[in-house]
Amino acid sequence: MSDVATTTGETLAEPAAAPIETRAMRLKNFWSDFRASKVAVAALVVIVTLLLLAFGAPLVAPQDPYDMAMLDWLDAFLRPGEVGTGGYVHVLGTDNAGRDMLSAIFYGLRTSFTIGLSAGALALVIGISVGLTAAYFGGRVESLLMRIIDLQLSMPAILLALVLVAVLGQGVIQIILALVVAQYAYFARTTHGAATVERGKDYIEAARATPLPTWRVLFKHLLPNVLPPLIVVATVQVAAAIALEATLSFLGVGLPLTEPSLGSLISNGFKYIHSDRYWLSIYPGIFLMITVVAINLVGDQVRTVLDPRHAR
Amino acid sequence: MTAPLLEIDTVSKRFPLKATLADKVAARLAGRRAGGAVHAVTDVSLTVDRGEVVGIVGESGCGKSTLGRIVSGIYAPTEGTVLLDGKPIATGREDHVNKLTTRVQMIHQDPFASLNPRMKVGETISEGPRTHGIVSASEVTDRTRALLEQVGLRGDYADRLPHQFSGGQRQRIAIARALAMQPDLLVLDEAVASLDVSIQAQVLNLFLDLRRDLGLTALFISHDLSVVRHVCDRVAIMYLGRVVELASAERLYADPKHPYTQALFASVPTLGTGRQDFRPIKGEIPSPIDPPPGCAFHPRCPFAGPRCRAEIPRLTEAGSGRTVACHLNDGGVGQEAAA
Repeated sequence: MSDVATTTGETLAEPAAAPIETRAMRLKNFWSDFRASKVAVAALVVIVTLLLLAFGAPLVAPQDPYDMAMLDWLDAFLRPGEVGTGGYVHVLGTDNAGRDMLSAIFYGLRTSFTIGLSAGALALVIGISVGLTAAYFGGRVESLLMRIIDLQLSMPAILLALVLVAVLGQGVIQIILALVVAQYAYFARTTHGAATVERGKDYIEAARATPLPTWRVLFKHLLPNVLPPLIVVATVQVAAAIALEATLSFLGVGLPLTEPSLGSLISNGFKYIHSDRYWLSIYPGIFLMITVVAINLVGDQVRTVLDPRHAR
Repeated sequence: MTAPLLEIDTVSKRFPLKATLADKVAARLAGRRAGGAVHAVTDVSLTVDRGEVVGIVGESGCGKSTLGRIVSGIYAPTEGTVLLDGKPIATGREDHVNKLTTRVQMIHQDPFASLNPRMKVGETISEGPRTHGIVSASEVTDRTRALLEQVGLRGDYADRLPHQFSGGQRQRIAIARALAMQPDLLVLDEAVASLDVSIQAQVLNLFLDLRRDLGLTALFISHDLSVVRHVCDRVAIMYLGRVVELASAERLYADPKHPYTQALFASVPTLGTGRQDFRPIKGEIPSPIDPPPGCAFHPRCPFAGPRCRAEIPRLTEAGSGRTVACHLNDGGVGQEAAA
């Protein structure tokens, strides 16, 4: 260290900073990695199409299944491709009340997406709060919260949701609440796992010692660094929420047929499946399957791209 | 004589060991209580005057980083008191105080871990002063720029993320973050240890410049004797949680008194002096969970006598402000019993 007498002017000789990487560039990198899987891109296209169809349902659907006045008993059980009293082709046929299946499926998708996305978002917020609280405060708080989570995860989600819907009653809000209670635990556990790793790092210690207020350390320092794994869990949980809602509706505790969701459509059609009227339940089933599989495929690719071991 | 800025008064820190179930069963069977403790810091007293830089040197595991964290308020001491300007900022036991204060700021060893990877460096530097009202909202941008320039970086780096900087640049950012709080005392915990030697020199020079310009007071923790020599006024040598020697840098380097200090100097490899006989200290550093009785250094000390195994040496005056904790300096080590 005898050369310590070099001037500070030489500090500028340090390697220049890497070129500025903006948020836009990181997004671009993410996209080029994501694009590597053709299947995932196809799945993303499918999801976007389904979302457009679902939320544009009033514009694209030939019929409004909520409007009982538009239903005609004479149209009941039309086969796919037949023309009804409305004068248009029922591409996927009609059900026992004369509902156009294609329209019912679009509106059903809308309900399913609404429920899946809001339940997922709410569960994410609650799960993050619980997980961060447990990881940051540690000790008894952590033990208590995580044991509750473990207990809950040891029960099948469908069982918990069934009980809750039975208690809360039917309706979109009630279903969302039941799904949130059944699913927040997954987010909480993932957040807790990631936050336990991050909380030991020096930058958290530095922020605490400054000192910064606890909420700031939690939300500005800890949270942004535990977010990537949560994005993956979120996609998978949205798919799970949609499937769970369909299951509840199929079991008859979900939504009534007047507010069609994919599950209630399948449930309604199931009664006629042995009378050769397969289209009542098969088509909503296919749409449900495509939706859930597509979301999971996208989630898988996001997981791969965000994996630190994933070579660029 | 003005009162010292920082007073560390007989501070100890023990970390209790978490006993596993198997340990508890074994302890119960043997009729003992389960769980020991790591004696990280034991009975350390130290003062730092305003404008002074005090070095703390020792091998890894000697408790120097723990001491730094106690002073920074991150750990509460198990016993003892830390006073800043005569006011307690941390005390152990019943009158438990542990105030995190803006007046002491810490600079961590690893600049790759100490900066939030997802926060722009400008925000990293400015969030502390902003939350504590040290700067007004309108001045924040200018002040952040000024701080970056003060540590030898460009002001417009404020918009970048930490991963766009090299280790040396990151450590400069960490220094800017600490300075932004306008602290009375800086704690540098191995602040240059993880940098390349050439970058170390640059960061040390920056520190010396800042010290000259701002009149910094600092606790400089390091394992590197040659680094400490350049920046510190006084140096405390720590071994297994205790201070074994405390002297001005000049005197310590000219004439180390404690056998451990001597051994440390002997183990520093040097270039250009032609000295080939670099001697490592014999033996391993003992476990801080179960420190040896008497002087903690006696199992490795070439001069150890019976007294060293029985009695813990006290820090005693050894002339002109130097204190040493060694029986050699305090009445002898005692005679070996004749065989």
